[in-house]
Amino acid sequence: MSQRIDPDHSRFRQIVRGQIKNNLRKYISSGELIGKKGKDRVTIPMPSIDLPRFKYGSKDQGGVSQGPGDVGDSLGADPQAGDGEGQAGSEPGQHELEAEFTLEELARILGDELELPHIEPKGVRTVRAPRDKYNAIRRIGPESLKHFKRTFREALKRQIIMGSYDRDRPIIVPRREDRRYRSWKESQVPQSNAVIIYLMDVSGSMGDEQKAMVRIESFWIDTWLRYQYKGIDSRYIIHDTKAREVDSETFYRTKESGGTMISSAYLLAADLIEAEFPEDSWNVYVFHFSDGDNWSREDTQKCFDTLRGRLLPRINLFGYGQVKSPYGSGQFLHDLEEAFPERENLVLSPIADRNAIMDSIRDFLGKGK
Amino acid sequence: MLPLYLQEMQSQVEAVARACGLNFFETRFILVDTKTINEVAAYGGFPSRYPHWRFGMEYDRLAKGSKYGLSKIYELVINNDPCYAYLLEGNNLVDQKMVMAHVMAHNDFFKNNTYFQFTNRKMIDEMANHAVKVQKIIDRVGIEPVENFIDVCHSLDNLIDPYSQFIARPPATRDELEDLIEEARAAAEGNQEPETAKKGAPRSYMKGFLSPDRSGAGRTGPDKTPPPSVQLRREPINPTRDVLAFLLHRAPLEDWQRTILELVREEAYYFAPQAMTKIMNEGWATFWHSRLMTHHLMDASEVIQFAHTTSGVTAQAPGQLNPYKMGVELFRDIAHRWDRGLHGPEYRACDDYEKKKHWDTGARDGLRKIFEVRRMYNDVTFIDEFLTPEFLTERLFYTYDYNRQKSEYVISSREFAQIKNRLLFQLTNGGHPVIAVTDADYVNRGELLLEHRHFGVDLELPYAKSTLENLYLIWKKPVNLITQIKDRPTLLTFDGAGHTSRDLPLASVGG
Repeated sequence: MSQRIDPDHSRFRQIVRGQIKNNLRKYISSGELIGKKGKDRVTIPMPSIDLPRFKYGSKDQGGVSQGPGDVGDSLGADPQAGDGEGQAGSEPGQHELEAEFTLEELARILGDELELPHIEPKGVRTVRAPRDKYNAIRRIGPESLKHFKRTFREALKRQIIMGSYDRDRPIIVPRREDRRYRSWKESQVPQSNAVIIYLMDVSGSMGDEQKAMVRIESFWIDTWLRYQYKGIDSRYIIHDTKAREVDSETFYRTKESGGTMISSAYLLAADLIEAEFPEDSWNVYVFHFSDGDNWSREDTQKCFDTLRGRLLPRINLFGYGQVKSPYGSGQFLHDLEEAFPERENLVLSPIADRNAIMDSIRDFLGKGK
Repeated sequence: MLPLYLQEMQSQVEAVARACGLNFFETRFILVDTKTINEVAAYGGFPSRYPHWRFGMEYDRLAKGSKYGLSKIYELVINNDPCYAYLLEGNNLVDQKMVMAHVMAHNDFFKNNTYFQFTNRKMIDEMANHAVKVQKIIDRVGIEPVENFIDVCHSLDNLIDPYSQFIARPPATRDELEDLIEEARAAAEGNQEPETAKKGAPRSYMKGFLSPDRSGAGRTGPDKTPPPSVQLRREPINPTRDVLAFLLHRAPLEDWQRTILELVREEAYYFAPQAMTKIMNEGWATFWHSRLMTHHLMDASEVIQFAHTTSGVTAQAPGQLNPYKMGVELFRDIAHRWDRGLHGPEYRACDDYEKKKHWDTGARDGLRKIFEVRRMYNDVTFIDEFLTPEFLTERLFYTYDYNRQKSEYVISSREFAQIKNRLLFQLTNGGHPVIAVTDADYVNRGELLLEHRHFGVDLELPYAKSTLENLYLIWKKPVNLITQIKDRPTLLTFDGAGHTSRDLPLASVGG
């Protein structure tokens, strides 16, 4: 139902969106600010949008209240924080705003701000999926779907035809045969399937901060790709010297130690794609995060072979994000640069710190693949 | 249309309320769902307001509050004749009945409290007119400039003088002064009744008691001579707290801006009495809804629900002042004291505790007294006159202050004088700082000078600076504010490019 407040409300949301856009870098670099809520909603805390006025400083002013307690007893840092009984006060809100967005809106903000191109999915031609849309009318159906306007229009038509319509006393009584119900039509919609495979190095040199950066970055990548594809699958692979597939929880929380053999992850990813995601109907994205410290040159060579032979030809994009760590040498990035001077669907992005995450997202998604 | 069972309930409640002496405008209840009540509440109770995002923000907050069960609007009532009030669909019947009784008392308060006498009782229509006016302006000059200008107006809309309607202030501008002189001359010649403006016209019986008498009737010869013209050159002639009126009069505004500033000011004055009587109004309504319910309207099966809801309304969280609770308790205290004669010099002079405890003159004058109070007082005078040390002690009042070492608020006092002073301070001028225009040609450069009367609490500095920026947008020349920062008199200036802050010698500050 549309309401009178809608224009004002959407104008307000527009202003909020503008604020978030202006501060996007801050929001991205401190990922914890963004709270997930349910499946597809996020909340973003922001300073309340307040109009300036001449007013007293609240810390100077103090207040009066009722209740037990001795002089000197603490009331906490902000006694005004809790809102008592709900009242439609004439006072403007002095609250912290918590802006609520769907992931789609968030993705759009990200896309606007980073000027990300939309992705042209492949596989459109091959896969079609049926989809129901409520845009038809039928003569039978459940009462809850009755279309009142149509029903009465039919009744009016019938009465006019039968001559029982009285212009001065326009009473319209629908009969059973006048009833119309909303119904659905099935249509074939092209469908693009997409899967994101995240690979992460969990060797000893990847610390908590490094993992946090990976988590933030993959959240945004996820958000953007989910906006681009309806229905997307995510798979997670962690590796040290051996690779294994895990769920997302484990992916972000695991703390391992030991060495690094990147090839193990690449081989596993290649196996996974070949087994489950045939290239003609799937858009496959692989993102690998590591500190760039591989075990040996031989293993690096093995990685390149897998990339060249089994991964790059089949997938939309391979992103390699190298997070800086105090222990890692960062050699792998240089090796990749040398081995792949032409990078059609391979993106390399060094992530020095949290502030670099935004640029890295731009690197990864800026190609429109 | 209200469903029949609610109509019946309304006539029942009205009959009982009337029998108890409440005297109210015709009341129209509207039954609405949560979404609509949030919408209406966001618009301050009015069905239509001019478009502005702030209403949208308020709606967002209310909608979230009700969605997550943090807050619920029980009742919403508009000071208008007929009085409109909203009932929330799906509330149980005990609550609906209670809300009706509550609304009747608010309605009575609007109608009879003296501070509401000059409010526009057709404000619903007026608000709708404002909406149309603003929409037309938007159609002509575009949404962006209008929205930005409304932002500016809102940030200044506490710069009004709520008492100016009740006290004839000395004239601020030359035009006003000339009007007064003209009026006085006309009245003296006796060929013309002074125009009784709907705003600010003193009652006839008050004539002669008001200093600079606006009606002109009590004015005697010598007073009428205009002050020397030297003074006339300066504006304002007298400092005025109605900054908005002064800006309307003197600021270089475009016509559409003047229209908007004017209507924002009008709405600010309309809402001012509600801010001035928050504790009284809510106390009065709570007093009567519980009295009507417990004495007349309720059967045994409804007691639990009534008690539950009322306890919610008068709940007290630490660090907050609940106007419902404070108001109703103070009204009850007054009724009690006047019933038993616990007032007056004799009672006050008595220092025998036992005697005082059982004091009863049998006056039974409580009801009459509280009706008198609801007519003649506002929150400031209400607290000032009727707060007693016993009341504050029994009800465990305290003041709290921010402790910078601990970074938290702590209870600072339970002394009567402290609590009362703090309360009066918070209620004075609706809790807004008192600021007046004192010079429109400051340092002979056409700069605007405002003065803040400092009562011991500093302004929030970042806010004050941003507000000066907004003021500059209207005045279009540098704007200045004299205030005190950490006990030092300071002149804040915004000249369009940047802020400066300068210490002043102590003497230059009034206060």
